[in-house]
Amino acid sequence: MKSEKITKYVLFAVSLIILLIFAGMVFSLAGGAMPVFKEYGLKFIFSADWNPTTGRESYGALPFIAGTLITSILALLICFPLSFSTSLFIAEYYHKTRVASVLGTMVDLLAGIPSIVYGLWGFYALRPVIIALGLSDQGFGIFTSSIILAIMIIPYATSLSNEIITMVPNELKEAAYSLGATRFEVIFNVIIPNARSGIVASYILALGRALGETMAVTMLIGNANIIPDGLFSTGNTMASLIANQFGEADGLKLSALIAIGLLLFLITAVVNAIGKYIIKKLS
Amino acid sequence: MKKLIILLISVAVLASCGQQKSESSGDGSKKVTLTAAGATFPMPFYNLAFKKYTEESGLLLTYGGIGSGGGIRSLKDKVVDFGATDAFLSDEELAEIPLKVVHIPTCIGAVVIAYNLPGVAELKLSDKLLEGIFLGDITKWNDEKIKNENPSAKLPDMNITVVYRSDGSGTTHIFSDYMTKISKSWAEKVGTGKSLNWPAGIGAKGNPGVAGTISQSAGSIGYIGSEYAFAQNISYALVQNMAGNYVKPTNESISASAKGDIPADTRVMITNSSDPDAYPISGFTWIIFYREQAYDGRTIGQAVETIKFLEWLIGPDAQAIAESVHYAPLPEKAVELSREILKSITFEGKPVLK
Repeated sequence: MKSEKITKYVLFAVSLIILLIFAGMVFSLAGGAMPVFKEYGLKFIFSADWNPTTGRESYGALPFIAGTLITSILALLICFPLSFSTSLFIAEYYHKTRVASVLGTMVDLLAGIPSIVYGLWGFYALRPVIIALGLSDQGFGIFTSSIILAIMIIPYATSLSNEIITMVPNELKEAAYSLGATRFEVIFNVIIPNARSGIVASYILALGRALGETMAVTMLIGNANIIPDGLFSTGNTMASLIANQFGEADGLKLSALIAIGLLLFLITAVVNAIGKYIIKKLS
Repeated sequence: MKKLIILLISVAVLASCGQQKSESSGDGSKKVTLTAAGATFPMPFYNLAFKKYTEESGLLLTYGGIGSGGGIRSLKDKVVDFGATDAFLSDEELAEIPLKVVHIPTCIGAVVIAYNLPGVAELKLSDKLLEGIFLGDITKWNDEKIKNENPSAKLPDMNITVVYRSDGSGTTHIFSDYMTKISKSWAEKVGTGKSLNWPAGIGAKGNPGVAGTISQSAGSIGYIGSEYAFAQNISYALVQNMAGNYVKPTNESISASAKGDIPADTRVMITNSSDPDAYPISGFTWIIFYREQAYDGRTIGQAVETIKFLEWLIGPDAQAIAESVHYAPLPEKAVELSREILKSITFEGKPVLK
């Protein structure tokens, strides 16, 4: 009985620490963001004007909110066909074969590559391809960043989807086969309906990762503080802007950067909430 | 349960207090190390000079190239013994800091206009061309205006990509200070600052980032600290100075830009010099530190070592190192003024240098 109580208290204390850290982060972000919201109000979120020049300062977060959402969602769209077919290949068609295990390990390895290496690869290998295809002058921009982001989030989407797909009970699949269903029909009528909430969850996780990615994006997006006007336009994301300008920021600019951090935090929270809602609806 | 929460909070508070205390009360240890941070523009010089000084004196020195703004903030936060910046602190900025901050220049550097145009070995840029290109009004390399200034160059039919610093930077400050002086529309639309609202182009992080992007992108043009262009063999343009001459950035032409008057606190911009031989986009780079060295638990040892090092840095040995990496040495006038400033440094009210 006593050990039971101790366990309970220890667990409570530890989870309380997480809660305290979370509250502390929100508190300090909100506190740091206050001056800029006092100065501009909600206009800060909807203004596209970012001018850090001393004497003519003006801060608006819209270009970076737009850049973040566009690159992340585009990355998710590019990632989906690749990672979804990989999941089916590994977890269903070639499940428990050597090919599948090699492929599965390789996908997991992608998650271990540091962001800067993706950035370098994008800079030296992917960019020349974009230029050679004539898609843009220098190969920097939204599209290039999205491709890199898509590759970076593949392991997050794939690994979890794999687990979920293998967890679909064999009895269900066998029952479908015994009724004369083809493999294709089993996948689309038994596996996907059973696994869909987990699959959605894995893509939400991947989207969350794309929203916060910094280094690789900074190297490829062009760091132009404008609302992108096309797929091949340059732009900037929230995380990349903070990484670029935090070093020498002070006063109102520092507050504006912290406010962008707070907005990124909120966007991630909203994405997670939407994900939770979809999962609840589906299961 | 409430007790547990109170306990946790008090432990956390105690822990944080304890840490602060141990940080601020620097013990009087025998081995002094100096920490500095700031501008990346003079970093090739500082890296060599700091290493040489460590070899000669055994004093451990570290320099973090985090940008001029970062150098100023680090000094404000008192986490470094001295900071480094390419943009001197304005009167307002100085007033914001409760302790008196002083500047000494360490060398003169040039900001070069680097470009990547296969087959174009020489490019001449006038005020009008710089204005047009960096404001995004001239968008093609074979534009008539560029052709008129460069009749012999084989200019390709290629779009111009401007590359600028995406982070705050003293290099940007020197460049934009020059642009503001030579172009009315630049002054109106963009202005002077460590980071700007760029009308055209793409941003890259740090001098190395801009240099790397230019060397990898045909058709690009940007501004970088001269040493970065020399070291990576990137082509750079001849810039027209106030007297109308097209000048290459060399030690002589950079030195020539500092022939004018220097105020006693050494805070002066030397861009757009009227000297006929001067390379016009030149600037001093400064070390900044507190006049009263006894702050935040610093020891007299740290203060003495700081000032001794700075005295060496403006002396002939270190200035020769600056020249070897293509920075122009300080003019005699600037060295004299800096010596005066170093003599005025105190520790608990008493002069550090005897």
